[in-house]
Amino acid sequence: MTANIRRKRSAIGRREHNNPSGFLFAGPYALIFLVFILVPVLLAVILSFTNFNAIQWPSWVGFLNYITLLTSDEIFMQYVLPNTVIYAVVVGIGGYILSFLLAWLLCNLTRGVRTVLALIIYSPSLTTGVAMTVLWKVIFSGDQTGLLNSWLISLGIINEPIVWLVNTNYLLPIVIIIGLWSSMGIGFLAMIAGIANSDESLYEAGAIDGISNRFQEMIYITIPQMKPQMLFAAVMAVVNAFQNGTVSALLTGNPSPGYAAQLIVNHIEDYGFMRYEMGYAAAVSVALLLIVQIFSKAANKLLTEKD
Amino acid sequence: MALKGRHINPKRFDRGQIKILLILLPLTLFMALPIVFIINHAFKPMEELFAFPPTFFVRNPTLDNFTKLMKFSRSAGIPLSRYVFNSLAVTVLTVGLSLLLTTCAAFAFSKIKFRGRALMLQINQIAIMFVATAVLIPRYMVISRMGLIDTIFAHVLPLVAMPVALFLVKQFVDQVPDSLIEAAHLDGANDFQVYWQIILPIIKPAIATAMVLVFQQVWTNMETSSYFINDESMKTMTFYMNTLVNASNGVAGQGVSAAASLIMFVPNLVLFIICQSSVMNTMATSGIK
Repeated sequence: MTANIRRKRSAIGRREHNNPSGFLFAGPYALIFLVFILVPVLLAVILSFTNFNAIQWPSWVGFLNYITLLTSDEIFMQYVLPNTVIYAVVVGIGGYILSFLLAWLLCNLTRGVRTVLALIIYSPSLTTGVAMTVLWKVIFSGDQTGLLNSWLISLGIINEPIVWLVNTNYLLPIVIIIGLWSSMGIGFLAMIAGIANSDESLYEAGAIDGISNRFQEMIYITIPQMKPQMLFAAVMAVVNAFQNGTVSALLTGNPSPGYAAQLIVNHIEDYGFMRYEMGYAAAVSVALLLIVQIFSKAANKLLTEKD
Repeated sequence: MALKGRHINPKRFDRGQIKILLILLPLTLFMALPIVFIINHAFKPMEELFAFPPTFFVRNPTLDNFTKLMKFSRSAGIPLSRYVFNSLAVTVLTVGLSLLLTTCAAFAFSKIKFRGRALMLQINQIAIMFVATAVLIPRYMVISRMGLIDTIFAHVLPLVAMPVALFLVKQFVDQVPDSLIEAAHLDGANDFQVYWQIILPIIKPAIATAMVLVFQQVWTNMETSSYFINDESMKTMTFYMNTLVNASNGVAGQGVSAAASLIMFVPNLVLFIICQSSVMNTMATSGIK
């Protein structure tokens, strides 16, 4: 009897501090997370210090891969890094600002109209990956049968069809436009929810306090209220901006002509799966993961310090 | 007049909204155009696909492209139905397993105190920024060492743990009042009963959101088929669609590829439309504080 009571008490005590059923519930997720996310990341870090061709046992080379990446990988420095930065700035930051503005505009509409328009704007983000490649190939086809060429010719803007997907001047802009087009994803939805759920009485108070136009209202009332959603959307924007590479590879090939649309993800695939220099590819992967972390931290700083 | 400040969430249409519609409609049109085009393209008969100058809208819609799609795969030895079955099996398994593990973990991280909780949460938070393509090679090594190559587990397990989904669900569980759970404990409920009978019904919107997210991830995923599966008959629709798109550069193949794209796109869209109000509900709590 007493033993029974003691066990019950300690059960309550455990529930307060260290309840073993926490491990039971979190365990399965944690295990899968460990095996398929954490271990691969750690393996990537280890591999990045080796020379590994997928056949022989990896040999330790210290920081050589990183030194090569920073000092003698001309393709990386001349094309991949600038391309990735341009892409990330336009699609990441540009897409972020655009998604906020669109969300804000949508929230000024009645619910029914808003839902329909939001759905249309969101739907391109569902097409990421392979499904739409054929469409872009038709639109940007290099001869007169290409939709864009045909339109531009009939409008009299150009006389000769432009070879969109081979001309190195157009590759990156095309990949960026497609990236922007499909960037209104979950972050965009978070923004809409953030704005739509902002406290209505504050708008009335703001009007009394002399806020005279919608722009002021947006800066002084809406944004401060939805900081958490802004931050979530920012993180999503950063991840989205750096992990995209499929569109470029599918449209223009890997490597793309003249490396004109080569992004960091394509560079990893190029080294890892075409040249089998896995150690070096791992070093680029680690660099990518670090870059994403740094940019997310920066977004975090920017958005939280404004208070 | 001074109280006219409230513009967010208007209840009915007023003249001020016309300006906003004038800005939004062209943008929406631009976003919708490619999707409208692919729908039209999928139903174009041969002569319209070859038409010069190229047409945007379909004039005489047919199902030719869809029937050709079926024939294509039959001649390749593996029927389309096999890929459809693989995709469905993989998607259902992954989404189901992911939802189960994610909601359990969210419950534990939000409402059960145990050692290491803070650290695990922090790691998950960092992993939101995880870029899967970056660790494709080590992932391959893990999967091949575990002997999972060419098994359905190679499709399912890598996509089960989705840090963003856990993050969103956990934010939602945070809103469930502790007093509710304490009351249940006093009534003699154990943690499993609390999870099943109290938490799950309340967090339905977050579950729907996680479902949409995981579904999108699995349904469009090509990596598992390309890198972890060698057996053609084990690969998914997405992979097959991609080989189709790559193999058919000619104009004739365009219609078939467009039909394939449409087949991949529609389930994604439909699921989102069904769940959209739940998703918006969850997104309101999506903030990072």
